[in-house]
Amino acid sequence: MDLPEWLAFGMAGFTLAFIVINAMIMSTALYTWFERRALGRFQVRLGPNRWGPFGLLQPLADIIKLITKEDTIPDEADRPAFTVAPVVLLLPMLLVVAVVPFGEDSFLGRLNVGILFIVGVTSISTIAIFVGGWASGNKYAMLGAMRGVAMLISYEVPMALAIAGVLLLVGPALPADAEGFAGISSLALSKIVESQVLPFLLVSPLAFLVFVAAASAEMSRTPFDQIEAESELGSGYHTEYSGIKFAVFQLAEFMAPIVTSIIIVTLFLGGTRGFSPVPEQIWFILKVFVVIFLLLWVRATWPRLRIDQIMAFAWKGLFGLAILNLFVVATEIEFLRTSDGTLSTGSLWLMAAINWPVTLVSVVVLARLLGHGRMDRPEPSPSPLANMYAEAE
Amino acid sequence: MAITTEPVTINLGPQHPSTHGVFRLRVTFDGEEVVDVEPVFGYLHRGTEKLAESRSYVQIVTLTDRLDYTASMSNNLAYVRAVEKLAGIEVPERAMYLRVITAELQRIASHLMATGFLLNDLGAFATPLMYCFRERERILDMFEMLCGARITLSYMRPGGVFQDAPAEFWPALDTFLVETPGYLDDLENLITGNEIVLARTRGVGILGDELAIATSVTGPMLRASGVQWDLRKADPYEVYDRLEFDIPIGVAGDTFDRYLVRILEMRESLKIIEQCVDQIPRGPIKPDLPFNLRPPEGDAYAAVEGPKGELGFYLVSDRGIAPYRCKIRAPSFINLTPLKEMVVGWKVGDLIVIFGSVDVVLGEVDR
Repeated sequence: MDLPEWLAFGMAGFTLAFIVINAMIMSTALYTWFERRALGRFQVRLGPNRWGPFGLLQPLADIIKLITKEDTIPDEADRPAFTVAPVVLLLPMLLVVAVVPFGEDSFLGRLNVGILFIVGVTSISTIAIFVGGWASGNKYAMLGAMRGVAMLISYEVPMALAIAGVLLLVGPALPADAEGFAGISSLALSKIVESQVLPFLLVSPLAFLVFVAAASAEMSRTPFDQIEAESELGSGYHTEYSGIKFAVFQLAEFMAPIVTSIIIVTLFLGGTRGFSPVPEQIWFILKVFVVIFLLLWVRATWPRLRIDQIMAFAWKGLFGLAILNLFVVATEIEFLRTSDGTLSTGSLWLMAAINWPVTLVSVVVLARLLGHGRMDRPEPSPSPLANMYAEAE
Repeated sequence: MAITTEPVTINLGPQHPSTHGVFRLRVTFDGEEVVDVEPVFGYLHRGTEKLAESRSYVQIVTLTDRLDYTASMSNNLAYVRAVEKLAGIEVPERAMYLRVITAELQRIASHLMATGFLLNDLGAFATPLMYCFRERERILDMFEMLCGARITLSYMRPGGVFQDAPAEFWPALDTFLVETPGYLDDLENLITGNEIVLARTRGVGILGDELAIATSVTGPMLRASGVQWDLRKADPYEVYDRLEFDIPIGVAGDTFDRYLVRILEMRESLKIIEQCVDQIPRGPIKPDLPFNLRPPEGDAYAAVEGPKGELGFYLVSDRGIAPYRCKIRAPSFINLTPLKEMVVGWKVGDLIVIFGSVDVVLGEVDR
C-alpha cells in the first residue's frame, strides 16, 4: 500500500509529536515528584508521601486539582494573548527535545543545525513570559514580565558565547557522502556528542560554568528567580493565571530543568557516551539525572539575587568569562589542530591542562572584582548617643 | 513619539506572601526603585486594650498571648510584671528563674523565626526557614511540657508561674542547651558567609543610630544600629542582675547587622539559660493570692526586653477586678516608624528584605 507523501509525512510528524509530548509530560510529572521529595530532604521534612507508594501519585493529584479548578480570566486581560501565552512557553521545551540524540541512533529529528535550533527556540520563552505578564493586566505580573525580558535576553548572550566555545572544539563538518546524504555539520548535536572523546567539561570548564550559570538564569530558578520572585511579586508573570493555564505554565517551568540538563549533558558531559555494557540511552538518562540533581541542590540552598545584581553578573561577569573562554580556546586550537582541522585526544588533554588553571584564576579574579570578600567585620563600637551603663549608674 | 514614564503605585498586601501577616504597604515605584511608602495598619485589630478593661487581671494573661504570637512568654512576662508592680506582689525566687528561662527560650524561638523568614524574603527556597523551624519546634515541645500549650502559652500568672516545671522538662532543656550551639553554627555556615546574602543585605536599609533613637526603635533593631541599650542590663528585672551576658551590637545598622545581632543574641540567651539552670533554687512558684486581684488605686508601667524590643504594659487600677485602662507599648509597631527612611531609594527586592529584617508581628502592630 502506497500512502500519498503528504499523508505519510503527516502521520510521521504526528507520531513524533505524540511521542515527544507524552514522554516529556510524563517525565516532568515524575520530576515534580522527585523535586518535591528531594526538596523535602534538603529542608528536613518529608515531602509528598500520601498518595501512592512514596507519594508517587502526587503529580496526578496535582493535575486533577489544577484542571478541575475554575479557569478565570481577569476583565483587564487581553484574552487571546492571555490564553496563548502558556502554550507558547511550553512549545520551545518540547521542540528542543525533538532534536536531541538519546543514543547513537535514537533521536526524533536529526537536524543538521541542532544547536542553532536550540538557541533559537529557547528564546521563544522570553516572548511567552512577556506576553503572559503583559496580557494579565496586573502590576505584579507586569513587573515580573519586565524583569523576565531584561534578564532572559541578557543571559542569552553569555549562553550563546559559551556554546560558541564548545563549537570550536567540535571540529570541521564532514563532507556530503556519495549517496547525497548531506554532511553532518559541526552544529549537529550528534556531531558534538561524537567529538567528545574527552567530555568538554574537562576540556573547557570555563564554558561549562558560564553555560550552567546562564542556563539556570534562563530557567529562572534561584538564585535567578527574578521572574517569579515569590516573596516579592506574588508569583510574577503568572500571578493572574489559574486552572489549566496555570498548570501549563507550571508544566513548562518544571520541564525547563529537564531540558536544560539535557542540553548541558549533550554539550559538556559527552551526551550519550559511556562504557559499553550499559546502553547509551541509560548513560544519557543517568547523566541528565545527576545534572538535574545538582541544579536542584543549588535551588534548595541559595537565596535570590537582586535584579540589578543579576544584570551586573550577566554583563560584567559571565560575558567577560565567555569572551575570555572563546579567546583562549580559539588560540589553543590555532596552535594544536592537525592539518585536516581536527584535534587529537592528546591535544584535548593538553587543552584541559591549560584551561583548568585559566578557569580557576579567572573565576578567582572575577570574584575579587565583583564579590563581597570574606567577612571582615570590624569590632562594633557602641554609639555615644545612648549608653545604658552610664545611665544605669 | 516621546516615551514618558510615570511612577506606579502598588499595594503590597494585605494578601502578599511576604508581609508577615495582614500588613499593607502602599508603595510607589519608579521602575524597580521605591519612591514612597505608606504603611496601612489595622487589618488585625482586635481591640486588645479595650477587651482588657472588661477582664480580670488573671484573664488578661490570655489576651497577651495573642499580641505577638511568636513570643507569648515575653508578653506574659511584661504583663504580669505590670500587675505585680501595681499590686505590690512579691515573686518567689524559683518563679523568677523559671520566668527568665522561658522568656529566653521564647527569645530564641522568636529570633529563629525572624531569621528564617528573613531568609525566605531573600528568596532562599524555604530551606533555612525549615532549619530554623526544626529548632523552634524543640522549644515549643518544651513549652508543651511546661503548660500544655505550644503557641498561646499563658504560662505566667501575677505573682509567679502557673505550675512548676515537670521532671521531663529539665533533661529536655539540657539536651537543647548542648545541641543548639551546633545547630546555630550550621545555620551560620549556611547563611552568614554566603556571598548572595552578603550582596543582598550588607549596606542595605541602613538605620543610623541618631534616627533609631529619634524614632524610639528598640530591641535588636536598635542594637544593630550600634546603640548599646538593653532593658535586661539598663533596668534589670527578675534575676537578670545576677546573670552574666553580653549585649551584642551591630556596626553599620544595615540588614545584615540586624540578622547577625539576632544570631548573637540567641547565643547569649543560651548562656543565660545555662546560668539559670545552675542557680535555680527550690521553693514555691506562686504566692497565695485571691483569684480576683483588686490592686490599690494607682498606675504602673512595667517593661521587659522582648525579642522585638521594649514591650511595656501600662495599667491603671480603680480598685476594680479589671484594670481601668491598659496600654500596650508594642515594639513591632514602634519599630516600623523609620520604615520609610530605610526603604526609599532601594529596589523592590530590598523593600521586602528590609521589612523582613524589622521583624514585625501583626498581632502586635494592630493589637
